[in-house]
Formats: sequence, C-alpha cells, structure tokens
Amino acid sequence: MKTSKIKRREFIKVVGLTGGGLFLASYVPIQNLLAYSGDDPKIFAPSIFLKIDSNGFVTIIVHRSEMGQGVKTALPMLVAEELEVEWDKIVIEQADADTKYGSQTTGGSTSIRRNWGPLRVAGATARVMLITAAANIWKVSPENCFAENGFVINKLNKEKLSYSELVEEASKLPVPTDVKLKDPKDYQIIGKRIHRVDTPDKIYGKTKFGIDVVIPGMYYAAVKRCPLFGSSIRTFDVKNAESIPGVHDVVQISSGAAVIADSTWRAFKGRDLLTLACVSGDTTNITSELIHNELLKKSKTEGFEFEGRGDVNKIVEGEKLLDAVYEVPFLAHAPMEPMNCVAKFENGKAELWAPTQNPQNARSEVAKAIGISEDNVTVHVTLMGGGFGRRLVSDFAVEAAEISKATGKPIKLTWTREEDMKYGWYRPPSMHVLKGSVDTEGKALKFSHHVIAPSIIQMRFAPDLSPEEYDIKEGTVGLEYQIPNIRIAGTTVKTDVPISWFRSVYNTQNPFAIESFIDEMAFAAHTDPIEFRSSMLPDDSRLKNVLNVVAEKSGWGVGKILPKGRGRGVALFKGYDSYSAQVHEVTITGNKVKVDRVVVVIDCGIVVNPDLVEAQMEGAIVFGLTAALKGEITIKNGSVEQSNFDDYEIMTYNEMPEIEVHYIKNTFPVGGVGEVGVPPCAPAVCNAIFAATGKRIRKLPIRLT
Amino acid sequence: MPKYTLTINQKKQTVDVDEGTPLLWILRDNLNLTGTKYSCGEGICGSCVVHIDGKAERSCILNIEDVVGNSITTIEGLAEKPDHPIFKTWIELEVMQCGYCQPGQIMTLAAMLQQNPKATRKEIDDAMNEVLCRCGTYQRIRKAVDKLVEEGQQ
Repeated sequence: MKTSKIKRREFIKVVGLTGGGLFLASYVPIQNLLAYSGDDPKIFAPSIFLKIDSNGFVTIIVHRSEMGQGVKTALPMLVAEELEVEWDKIVIEQADADTKYGSQTTGGSTSIRRNWGPLRVAGATARVMLITAAANIWKVSPENCFAENGFVINKLNKEKLSYSELVEEASKLPVPTDVKLKDPKDYQIIGKRIHRVDTPDKIYGKTKFGIDVVIPGMYYAAVKRCPLFGSSIRTFDVKNAESIPGVHDVVQISSGAAVIADSTWRAFKGRDLLTLACVSGDTTNITSELIHNELLKKSKTEGFEFEGRGDVNKIVEGEKLLDAVYEVPFLAHAPMEPMNCVAKFENGKAELWAPTQNPQNARSEVAKAIGISEDNVTVHVTLMGGGFGRRLVSDFAVEAAEISKATGKPIKLTWTREEDMKYGWYRPPSMHVLKGSVDTEGKALKFSHHVIAPSIIQMRFAPDLSPEEYDIKEGTVGLEYQIPNIRIAGTTVKTDVPISWFRSVYNTQNPFAIESFIDEMAFAAHTDPIEFRSSMLPDDSRLKNVLNVVAEKSGWGVGKILPKGRGRGVALFKGYDSYSAQVHEVTITGNKVKVDRVVVVIDCGIVVNPDLVEAQMEGAIVFGLTAALKGEITIKNGSVEQSNFDDYEIMTYNEMPEIEVHYIKNTFPVGGVGEVGVPPCAPAVCNAIFAATGKRIRKLPIRLT
Repeated sequence: MPKYTLTINQKKQTVDVDEGTPLLWILRDNLNLTGTKYSCGEGICGSCVVHIDGKAERSCILNIEDVVGNSITTIEGLAEKPDHPIFKTWIELEVMQCGYCQPGQIMTLAAMLQQNPKATRKEIDDAMNEVLCRCGTYQRIRKAVDKLVEEGQQ
C-alpha cells in the first residue's frame, strides 16, 4: 500500500500572481517551511491568532472550520487588515482543537460575528507593538512611525524596517491592552472581493479533505451498525467478514462492529458480510405517521406562551378570521463528503484528523469514549466537503478513535453514502398552528403561532429543559411586525429519531409558517403582500429597508401582472444579527414548479468580503429550495427509508434559478451570513406558487398533486 | 490477487487488487490520487468523474476489468496544465465553495469541451445537470460554462 507522508499541520502559502488578483495556494508542510525558513527563527507571537518570524513569514491562525463558507479567507482578512501586511504574503494555518481559542464551534453563523472584534484587535496589537519596536530602534516617538505592507516606516526620514527585522525587539515589549482600531474608511482588505485562498488546490484535486488523509501504517475501516434507532450491538459473527482477503481485524465498538482492512473497498466488503446481533429498544414501530400524529395531538393544546400582547381571543366586530396548520418533515444534511475520520491511538494518546465543525466537542467526546484525558487527545481539523450542521456531532470521530484503540492500528474510517443518510442527525419535523385576523380596513389585528416540534436541546442535552428555554422558539419571537394582539407559544414532543442542528436550525421551520401565513393575511386583507408587510414595519426598521430594496430590485409592482402560470412571492427574515428579503418567481406547468428567478437583499452590516456573502446567499437558496421542493426523510419500522441521492434528491444545475444578490452598504456591526439565506426560501416560493395558482402550500416538501 | 496494469495520466501503473474493485478506490487507496472523490458510490452524483479515453465516466461504478487498456485521466492529470481555461475561469469566477464536487464538475465539463467540440449548449448543460453540488454553486458553474463556451466560439 502506498502512503504519502502526512502533513501534520496544514499550511497555505499564498503567493500573489501578477494582475487579476489571482492567488496560487500550495500546501507547505511544517518541515519544509522550517527548512525554508532557516534554523530556529525567532518568533513574535503577541496573540494566539498570529505569529511573525524573523524569516519574514506572517502566519495567521484560523480557529474555525472551513467547510465551503470561506472562513479560511475571511477570518485572516480581519487580522491582516489591522496588521498592515500584504495579503498575498501571509501564511494561513488551521488551528487544532484548543480551548485557548474560545469557541471553535463553527455553527450559528458566528465565525465572523464573534471574531470581528478579537481578530482585528489581535492584528492591531501586533501592529502597535511593531511600530513601537521600530520607534525604539530609531529612538523616535511611535507617532512618527506608521505601518504599511509589512514594514514600519519612519515619517521623518522615510527609513523602513520589515516586520521580520522587528521580531526580536517587538517580543521584548509588553502587550498593550487598549489599541486603536482602524477607521473603516481606511480599510484596504475588509470589504474587498479577496479570492478564496483554498480555491486552486481544491480545483486541481490536491486538497486533502478529511476523507483524503493518509498516515503511515494506516488501515481502512468500515462499521456495521444496528439498523434501528436506539438499538445496540450485543455480539457479532466475524467468520464471513474475515474470509475477505485483506481484512485484518474485526472489533466491537459502541456503535457496532468495525472491520479494518488494507483498502476501503475491502473494508466495505468485509463489513457487508458481518452479521450483528442487536438489542433493540422499543423503536421498531416508529414511523413518520406516528410522529405526525403526535404533533397533531399536541397541536390541539395551547402550548407554553413565549410571548404575548393584547388579546388574541377577544372578538372584534367585522374582523376576518384566518387559521391554518403548517407542517415540515425530517431532513438530512447530506454533505457531499460522507462522514469520515482518521485516528491513531498509541501509548495512551489519541491523535485525530477530523472533518469537524466542532473540534473541541470531538476532543472531549473522544476522551470520554476511550477513557483518557482531553490533554491526551489531539484533534487536527481538516478541510471538509460541506457541513451544514452535520459535522457538529462527533459520532464519526468517536467511532474512529474507538476502532484505533481496539485494533491498536492507525485507521481511516469512511462511511458510505447510505450510512450517512441512514445514521444521520436529522432536522426535526414540526407542526405550526397559525391564527390571525384582519380588520375591515385590511389591517392586521391578531397573530398567533403555536409551534410543535421535538427540541434538540431537550432530546440530547437537557431532558428537564424549562419551557422558557425551548430552542423551538427560535425565529418565532420578537417579530418586527407591529400587530396589536399576538400570542407565540410552543410545545415540545419526544422522538427516538436522532435530531440535531441543520443549517438555520428552527429558522428553517418557523419562518416558513410565519411568512406564509402573513401572506394569507395579506390576501384576506386584499392587500399586496409587500404593502401589507411594509405597513406593519416601523419606518426606521432595517427589515423594512431590505423589503423596500427587494421590491425595487425585483420589479415588484412594476410588471405587476405576470403571465398565466407564473407568480411572484416575497418573504422576510431577521436573525443572526442580519436582515434579509427574498422575492421568488415561479412558473407552474401542470404539477411542476420551476423557480425562475430569486432576488435576494441582505443587510448584514459591514460586509467583510462581498463575494463570500453572495456565494453564501446563492448556496443558501439552493439549500433552502432543495428543502422546500424535494427534501423529505421518512421513517418506517424504526429506521430511515432513504439511502442515497436517488431517493433523497437535491437540486440540480438545470433546476437552478437565476439569483441576484444585493447587499446593503452600511456600517452596522457585522451580522451572520451563512444561515440567513435559507429561511425565506420556502415561504417565498410557496407565496409565489399561491400567486401563480391560488393554491396555498402548507406542507413541505411542496407537492402540487 | 490479480495484477492489473492501468494507464493513468499517461503513466503505466501496476496494482494488485481484487477482481471487481471499482476504479475509484484504486485511484484513491492504491495510487493516492485522492482528487477523485467518493460521495454516492452509485454513479448518481458525479463527484468521482474521470476520463476514460477522453469520455467522462463515473469511477465508482467502473470495475478495474473495464478500464485495463484504456487511457484514464484524473483531475490530477488535467491539473498538469494548471492554466487550462477551465481552471482559470473557475478561479476568476470563484466558482467553488467547499470544493468537494468540483473535480467532478470540472472533469465532466472538460470532457464535453475537449472531446465534443460540436456539443450543443443543451448537451453541455445536460451533462452538467448530472453532477450534484450541495453547496449550491450551480449559478457560478453556469456562468463559467457561458464564458468557456463563448471563448471556445471565438
């Protein structure tokens, strides 16, 4: 078996090409880098996020996970901006799991929001220290010096010293705690369409994703798991599996039985021949129907009130009352790269190469599972082929560590697509009871929303979760619509189906129901859906602003009458400190929905990289439309029925609408981006279908039959 | 275990593998050509597309016996020319997000453009429609195709 020498740490050397702003990135293993750098360079590291060495390397450490959203580019932009270095001279290093970075959990659209301050401060602190160091050498006041492109320059005589020449002097200085950050109008990097640092290697096929990692002496592993939710392995029969040439060992782990072999294919073949004896819980009879019935039963109750004002029950003369029930199914994340992990357990220590969104959790879960302390677990974070929340759960890392420990061999565990689909952590289903009324003048009078759904927090972490803390209320409370009488309530239900966070979490469910029902109210009020929404929003609202802009950009009202069979729908979303509006245009042919055009407006405050924001909006729309038009995981006899992309379809190239993204230029604090584009998709497309056909879609995925 | 000699990226490579082993796993595990990706294993998604005598094929459903004697090109082979118009366009338009499906996207398009210069736009689009992307980069892929087709016509 051929193996390549593993790169212990991943480095990207970013080299600028002339013209066009293109970047050629290549991986430089640490050994080479040090060799290139000369012996024992002196290092100036005033922060955990950056280091400058005496050989001229400026290294920026990325502590969040790159899964396509662009943090490996965007986070270093924040440091580089304040540090005053040339973007194409920096080296970007992926951090291992370490609590010194604070949260490394790449979820909740937090990477830029939470690090906007700390990373700029890290860059500015180093800059100030380098300026002071140069001023000390020149024996002038720091005020007479400034930093530019990796040099400190003496204003008085134009003398200059490079950062690498200042490493030693700067390292002697105390770290200042009150550095002044740059004025946004002086930004050279933030706000620019900086190219992704990871593009060239990825398109050349050079990039090592988790699934591509190879370490010396490594075996390939596959796991056979018990088929039913909540069932566990009692024993297994190895004799058929061991008849496969190249199968080296078969061991029991907590989730099933693992085969290790000298290739992935032989591991899969060996695994297929294993027979397990499982202890099943009482999950055999679980079906989607059963879960639907449970939601339906609870929908008849009042639920715990999260928020209320006025009186939604008092009869008002002349009011037009509406009510509707909305429902959405389980969904699977299905990233293109199936779950996988490389693990090496040796001398009481575990080392992992994990495509994880949650490295600190992987570290602690592995430590717990194999009975060693966290200090003895190293988690290297690899690049990953999509995450969407699936890689926040550390099950694959635990399995890999257990297999390595049980076999005493370094291993790479690879899940098949079928396993990825059947042993997922699904977006929970939900039901929504909406009630409302409009008065004789067409104004919204009442709005009430009762969400019924399994709670991720309650099922996985806190069975005694108090109703005030229900995660299912995400996206339901604090609506900006000024409606005099509201009631927002929730009820959780239990489920044995594993559930977890899915891109936009409960904002994939609640805004679908809310923004669809607001449309129903607009129709009942005989008012244009944009006018109806606009009339309920305060004039200084950022949400109203994105609504106005989307109306203008989409041509809403201008070409008011679309041809027969076509329709246009709008939806708004506020969340993750950002504001967004989408208008979808659809054509209906028979029972077929084609989304022709989507106009997106996002106000996410200061935009760090417009190209990444646009890419996230485009991607979120494909993700959101996939969920609206196609996505459904169904449960039968205690397990998931779907198994691959033929029965869990995702949107394709030819189905893609034309997407236009507009962002609002302002100086509000940075908001989240990754999840903001998903929530308005389902309601906007359903509202467009209503406009085209008069048919109101209240259940996802959309079926026009 | 039988020995097979394959021609991969114009080099002869001998591998010892079981009969019926899919080309995908030979590339990835035996030859460490990991640019060809595993995703569905059933020929549905296109992440594993390679060229067999210039034609785009899914390596996850090609057994080794099917490809002995053929000329196999992987993304690494295509990337021997890093200034290939497809790569340049992909970088310029910043097409990719996570990047996992992109070798399959690029190999599919490269086969269409190189082997079938008379391909209609519909034929190109229909080929691209068979390669899945969960990040949703289709709009940019389409723009890249637009640009490459236009340049090809000049």
